[in-house]
Amino acid sequence: MEQRPFLDFLETLGPPAWVPEWALWLTAAGLGVGLITTIISLIALFSIWLERKVSGHIQCRYGPMYAGGWHGWAQTIADGVKLMMKEDMIPTGADKPLFVIAPAIVLSSIFGAMVALPLSYGFYFAQMDLGIFMILALGSTTTIGVVMAGWASNSKWSLYGAMREAAQVVAYEIPLGLALLVPLMALGTFSLLDASHAQAGFFGMNWAIFQNPAVLPAFVIFWVAALAETKRAPFDLPEAESELVAGFLTEYSGIRWSFFFLEEYAAMFLMSVVAAVFFFGGFESPLTWAAREAFGSNTHIVVQLVCFGTIVIKGFIGVFLMMWLRWTLPRIRIDQVMTMGYKYLTPLALACVLVAAIWEAILSLF
Amino acid sequence: MDRPSQAFYGLLTLLSLTALGWGLRGGGAHGLVFGLFTVLTLGGSLVCIWERSVVRSAFSLMATFTGVAGLFLLLGADFLAMAQILIYVGGILALLLFGVMLSPPDMNERKLPRVIGALLLVGGGVGWVALRVSSTTRSWAVTEELPEPVTHAREIGLGFLHPGKYLVPFELAAFLLTVALVAAVYIARRKKEDLEPRDSLGGQS
Repeated sequence: MEQRPFLDFLETLGPPAWVPEWALWLTAAGLGVGLITTIISLIALFSIWLERKVSGHIQCRYGPMYAGGWHGWAQTIADGVKLMMKEDMIPTGADKPLFVIAPAIVLSSIFGAMVALPLSYGFYFAQMDLGIFMILALGSTTTIGVVMAGWASNSKWSLYGAMREAAQVVAYEIPLGLALLVPLMALGTFSLLDASHAQAGFFGMNWAIFQNPAVLPAFVIFWVAALAETKRAPFDLPEAESELVAGFLTEYSGIRWSFFFLEEYAAMFLMSVVAAVFFFGGFESPLTWAAREAFGSNTHIVVQLVCFGTIVIKGFIGVFLMMWLRWTLPRIRIDQVMTMGYKYLTPLALACVLVAAIWEAILSLF
Repeated sequence: MDRPSQAFYGLLTLLSLTALGWGLRGGGAHGLVFGLFTVLTLGGSLVCIWERSVVRSAFSLMATFTGVAGLFLLLGADFLAMAQILIYVGGILALLLFGVMLSPPDMNERKLPRVIGALLLVGGGVGWVALRVSSTTRSWAVTEELPEPVTHAREIGLGFLHPGKYLVPFELAAFLLTVALVAAVYIARRKKEDLEPRDSLGGQS
């Protein structure tokens, strides 16, 4: 927590002496928040367009083709403008303050979790030793926002959606955390940067998934649980448009509605990056290895750019995988969701942890 | 919003702004952040007592838990802060809400005189404790005097697993939780007679 990249950056600019320290702090905080907002918006902008194209091609149609020209690249921008122009409606029977606060809580949870996300070896918001713990902790507060939205809407559809969300997230947080323990044991760290470091070597292919036999099944469990955590199909029961109109989103419109989707796409990217960092090498790839060999250090600008590109590509591969699953699998029933979480994924995750621990214990003998 | 609520929230806003300004004057940026987390903690708990709808009270606890986590962060205890959020906000509060959220959006579930009585009682209790503590303590500890907090995950884990440190309490807590889980499964388990068909009045057919 001692690194303060934004504050140090401001201090190198040489602010005049009459500027108080707290103003510098606030500016640094504002810069950080602004940058995270930009990143989240860009991720959502690209992912929503990608979702439309992927779903279109999976269903044998084109998806957006006209807005902006080439393959409808400006479709999301047009949508954003439309959403901002829309009337902001609050139902008469709704609990107004909670109805207004709920999207803010949902969005702020992903803001907090993004802070722990490194973008390359030398570029991060906060280098924490407990990075993944922070992502899991702050990611879990999304539930509170969704439950708040569902209850404050004062609509039965919303309430059902919120109840499903609460039950689902409580059920899947356990296998998610347990499955992540396996690569954590193999790599021996909670920090995302250190985890990436630990997978360097052998042409940048010493990934966690090749280090321990339990990591691959753990990844499958993690991925299923991550789908449930981010409310993506086949686990999109909180929204379930064919049963619950739009679940907890039923009464929302305009910009507040879009906040929930901003969070969903940012959370998809975040989960994909976590999977990439802890299972698939993080910043490490043959290209990163080659760049490091050529330029000597991790802090060289070219190496950092390669790292950044690697993690973004890996993240979007994960996002694409989530979309692929969403548009090919049917939604499962709520009792099946519960059965899967409690009866299958949790014991399997525990077994993976046991196997991984035994493997590490045997390795430590030699 | 009725008159007493307006007065309460007005007073709360005024107190919060005072606390923020005070923090800023006393400790610069650190003071401001400390003031923010204090306002979250205390304000959240005051709203929790004041609000007469159970669900709103439960939601305002989120501010309290987050504020406490922020105070832990300021003291350098990252692990404790994140555990606070993960367990209290992500776990306990979610379960609490799951329990109370089927109640209707009735803003007057609890009676105002009782709420004011509770506020006075809690305020009196806190004041009494503060008085006792301040009369026994000569100087308040500051962060510089405290030992450096452990933020490294490996050290925390080894502390739990080291026989000379916290192994026994750790294992006892794990054992207790296992017993609680088994008991919960036993109580919630579907019994054979539950599966048999019933008539519409709920009796055995």
